Amino acid sequence: MASIHNIGAIFRRELKAYFQSAVAYVFMVVFLVLTGFLTFSVARFYERGVADLAPFFFWHPWVYLLLVPAATMSLWAEERRSGTVELLLTMPITMTEAILGKFFAAWLFITIGVVLTFPIVITAAYLGSPDMGVVLSAYFGSILLAGAYVAVGMLTSSMSRSQVIGFVLGLLGCLLLLLAGWEPITGFFVRWAPDWLVRAIASFSFMPHYDAMQRGVIDLQDIAYYVSVMGLMIFATHIVLDNRKSA
Amino acid sequence: MLEVDGLTKHFGPIEAVRGVSFQADKGEVLGFLGPNGAGKTTTMRMITGFLPPSAGTARVCGHDVGADPVAVKRCLGYLPENAPAYDSMTVTDFLRFGAGIRGFRGKAGRDRVDETIVTCRLEKVRHQAIGTLSKGYRQRTCFAQAVLHDPPVLIMDEPTDGLDPNQKHLVREMIREMASEKTIIISTHILEEVEAVCDRCVIISNGEIVANGSPDELKAKSPSGTLAETFRMLTLDKEEENNG
Repeated sequence: MASIHNIGAIFRRELKAYFQSAVAYVFMVVFLVLTGFLTFSVARFYERGVADLAPFFFWHPWVYLLLVPAATMSLWAEERRSGTVELLLTMPITMTEAILGKFFAAWLFITIGVVLTFPIVITAAYLGSPDMGVVLSAYFGSILLAGAYVAVGMLTSSMSRSQVIGFVLGLLGCLLLLLAGWEPITGFFVRWAPDWLVRAIASFSFMPHYDAMQRGVIDLQDIAYYVSVMGLMIFATHIVLDNRKSA
Repeated sequence: MLEVDGLTKHFGPIEAVRGVSFQADKGEVLGFLGPNGAGKTTTMRMITGFLPPSAGTARVCGHDVGADPVAVKRCLGYLPENAPAYDSMTVTDFLRFGAGIRGFRGKAGRDRVDETIVTCRLEKVRHQAIGTLSKGYRQRTCFAQAVLHDPPVLIMDEPTDGLDPNQKHLVREMIREMASEKTIIISTHILEEVEAVCDRCVIISNGEIVANGSPDELKAKSPSGTLAETFRMLTLDKEEENNG
């Protein structure tokens, strides 16, 4: 069975690698500047005159779309390009432990960025009295969404030695999951696919699950959805690496 | 210590390794020779559990690599080709990571790393990022990672490739220092290396073993009594046979 100790060792190395390179700082600064700009300048946080964080959380899926695949693209592609994957996978650990260690490190890394947006909560609390329950639920949903993005990005990173391919495929994968329920996408299927299939595709979308938590509703079904997306992507990463690690 | 039994690997229609079998005992340094592309690296990758074999198996310290890969990996030290290592980590951090994975925690881990840094002559660069090291230091850092946990079996894929004569000498010296209490396999195509460190060698060509014996026995196979000639005789035949 997976050992916490081994997962922990991989996790710590991976997290440290983020902060040892410029990636961490560039990511954090861009993430904070971008969410700040979109919230205050584009969504007109002050002019709305409502002390809630809806305009802030509205942008998260879109900012993640760009930044999460950038943060995950190196997870496996770089290991494969530099040959360290051979070192890593001949250490006394299982592939699952290596994958989980990397996944949790990347997820925590994004989560640190999300948590660093706390001044906006302070701002809203200073200006009015936002419902803190809703704010916490929205943060929780946003972090779960980030985890799903990380899992997709990790899968696409494992597919080739090229980080660029990992990034582009990751972005595409996340975009598809984000928009799966959107009319132009379902419209594409509705003409020829049976009704149940259209509904199944639409139900893969991140959006309805994200929206529910933005309204302060934490439903076990939504959590189960995110956990299954992550589990599925982790499983798929395992299969891809089994087949392609040395190629 | 190490038994390789009928290892075979196909990559699509290409048979990279075909039924390779040999054994190595404690205290033995086995040279694994062959031209480029003969299947040396693929064989080593199967023994270390990195690649699953298409057929056959390898047993290390009594553990079967197919049935219990983690147990096999625990008794192995492996230096892959080109000495891969995490460029952004310092030498000390990299070795501590290795020690952590190998189950040395806290002070035991730090002591282990300090000792290894001394045996592998890495004191001068211990706080340097691996990406900034010269090839010789990089090779030794990866070597250090392989011997850190004092494994009973050590597998090295071209450990002296691309090093200058002084560095080659140093690596061979380190290998000899450890030889008596370990089973060591070194792949190489440098024949002087075989004479310098190996007790026995296995020559592989086109994925098959073509000779297995002590360097002296192999020398005796050629008219002029040199290893180079024996090597050419055994491996060229094979290549011609296969190409035409």
